[in-house]
Amino acid sequence: MTLKLDNVSKQVGRDTHLYPIDLELKPGLNVVIGPTLSGKTSLMRMMAGLDKPSSGRILIDGRDVTHDPIQKRNVAMVYQQFINYPSFTVYDNIASPLKLAGHGKAEIERRVMEVAAMLHLEPFLKRLPGELSGGQQQRTAMARALAKDSELLLFDEPLVNLDYKLREELRTEMQEIFKRRQAVVVYATTEPLEALLLGGTSTVLDAGRVLQHGSTLQVYHQPATVRAGQIFSDPPINTIEGKVADGMAWLGEHIRVPLSGHLANLVPAEYRFGVRANHLFIAPCSAEDVKVVAITELAEVNGSETFIHVTHHGTYWVVQEEGVHSLGLGKEINLYVNPRHLFAFDQADRLVAAPSLEQQAATAEVNHGAH
Amino acid sequence: MARIDLQKIAHAYAPNPKGPADYALQPLDHVWEDGGAYALLGPSGCGKSTLLNVISGLLRPSEGRVLFDGRDVTDLPTKERNIAQVFQFPVIYDTMTVFENLAFPLRNRGFGNQQVEERVHEVADMLELTPVLQTRAQGLTADAKQTISLGRGLVRSDVTAILFDEPLTVIDPHLKWLLRRKLKQIHEHSQLTLVYVTHDQNEALTFADKVVVMNEGAVLQLGTPQELFESPAHTFIGHFIGSPGMNFLPCALDGAEAVVENARIGLIDGLADKARQQGKQWEIGVRPEFLKLSREPGLGTVPVSVTAVQDLGNFKIVTVQLGALTLKVKVPEDQEVPADQAQLGFTPELTKLYADGFLVG
Repeated sequence: MTLKLDNVSKQVGRDTHLYPIDLELKPGLNVVIGPTLSGKTSLMRMMAGLDKPSSGRILIDGRDVTHDPIQKRNVAMVYQQFINYPSFTVYDNIASPLKLAGHGKAEIERRVMEVAAMLHLEPFLKRLPGELSGGQQQRTAMARALAKDSELLLFDEPLVNLDYKLREELRTEMQEIFKRRQAVVVYATTEPLEALLLGGTSTVLDAGRVLQHGSTLQVYHQPATVRAGQIFSDPPINTIEGKVADGMAWLGEHIRVPLSGHLANLVPAEYRFGVRANHLFIAPCSAEDVKVVAITELAEVNGSETFIHVTHHGTYWVVQEEGVHSLGLGKEINLYVNPRHLFAFDQADRLVAAPSLEQQAATAEVNHGAH
Repeated sequence: MARIDLQKIAHAYAPNPKGPADYALQPLDHVWEDGGAYALLGPSGCGKSTLLNVISGLLRPSEGRVLFDGRDVTDLPTKERNIAQVFQFPVIYDTMTVFENLAFPLRNRGFGNQQVEERVHEVADMLELTPVLQTRAQGLTADAKQTISLGRGLVRSDVTAILFDEPLTVIDPHLKWLLRRKLKQIHEHSQLTLVYVTHDQNEALTFADKVVVMNEGAVLQLGTPQELFESPAHTFIGHFIGSPGMNFLPCALDGAEAVVENARIGLIDGLADKARQQGKQWEIGVRPEFLKLSREPGLGTVPVSVTAVQDLGNFKIVTVQLGALTLKVKVPEDQEVPADQAQLGFTPELTKLYADGFLVG
């Protein structure tokens, strides 16, 4: 099955919720990542048939379904809020779409028990949703969506209202469950880590526009624009204005970087350079490292890591260091960045050079060998 | 600002509690320092809100006393405790301007116009609300409204403490970074006593100097983020803090070593003996960050099989099988992971031992 959006847009009154979008989604996991109000829910509601697009067509295997209501499409959707039938038991909640589809009693029982086992709901089948914890209620909603043979499964930030540890648990389970399904699964989230955990493909959405679409790891490693890089990094990717001149790359006015490796082909012009927080270090790691003088603003410790917020001549950066470091605030500090970790974006904020993964792996081997 | 003493506090909803099961809040005895940032962390239903309500005066504990700077406030209602509170959802007046919303708590306390002006501008500056001060709150986004709520909590500098109840739950992840940074900076500069309730470990650990971890009504550990990470006092904390949480491996003890699935794992001197005195059910606890994965055997390594690798961009989570036990190992992004058989390295200093659920040593 293939889901195709052909020039689909959504206008509500005078507001544009989605600008024209072309997208083709295949069976497997498809993440839609973007901040709140980026248009994720609007997009999914149109895929489901809950809303009609203002322009364009939605095609399933080449068949135009744009004007088919949700009842006529073979689709299931899970929302942020835990939506179940309050007067039905968990069993009947999961069974309800199967009954509607006219399956026999034995078949219904077989399928309910199968998804209940998958989602660890067996002990609660006789309870009402109101007697369950939030996590169990959301599991019930997911089980109902998974019970029927939908060719399209839509998950709209299903874990956002759950406890942190529960989220971790369900993410791992879902990954397993999705692997076993032939359906096109679309999963909306605001969190880069969630997208990376789920894998598959990612579509980056921002202010109603698709910024990028590709395999999740590729989008992470090669963000098409600065904004895509910010959305797909937590903390957001650090950037600094710069230029290439006199055979060197200048990051701001004070950081000079040789034009080697993936930066070698940059022509003299103005650029915006980017580096992820985990690629800035407070001690040098190799001979190629370039020093950056910065002022510490704040250190946040999350147990295993320290996030050091710094400014460098007015540019604000975050450094992610392994381990716990206590640093004085308002102090001068040396940071180190290896040029092989730099991204370069042109004046239109489009990616022109990204760290090469082979090059990184090779350097890592050398470094490990040296230890 | 004040020191908070929780003297032999406990709470049971029914009279005449007979055993631990009757307490919603198990007995605790704490001194929270003046100017400290404290986080109450735990899953839903762990008792963190009960404890917050005891501090705010919403709930009178059935046992013990609450002191603010030595003064007994146990029987005082919330409004006489001189505290500020920020809740999960914005509590603001839609028809008022942002300025009037921020000024409200000050006017209520009879501050003069000049002081109101000064404080409101100071807080608006910190929270980047200055451009919208004259805007009505009505038209603003949910994020902006919650920022105003934070501002209302922070605007009075004469309060005993500021209590936050899951204040960033409804905020976008990117803005969370910004607001957490603001709160932290405000704390660095003002030295207010802050109490912050959350179920999100990242929020608790980045915000607080001291974290109070609770489960099933009991405080399991009060420690710095580093202590909770490196030496969790209970297996629950090891599991709850860290993502993925600590690995726990049931073990036997032989001499000074632990034996897991026929593999011998080194411990620091004297630890095994202490464990024998402390309890009967032993488990090794080791963080995914503190395990080393390699191809070749070395000192202190045990053979494992690799069953899954998750590439999370800036690191990988590797699932390995040691006999019947499953472990998670966190490896750097640029490290190659052996495809099938591998060696897992334990470091004695980073390998913890638990007896009947509690940390040994």
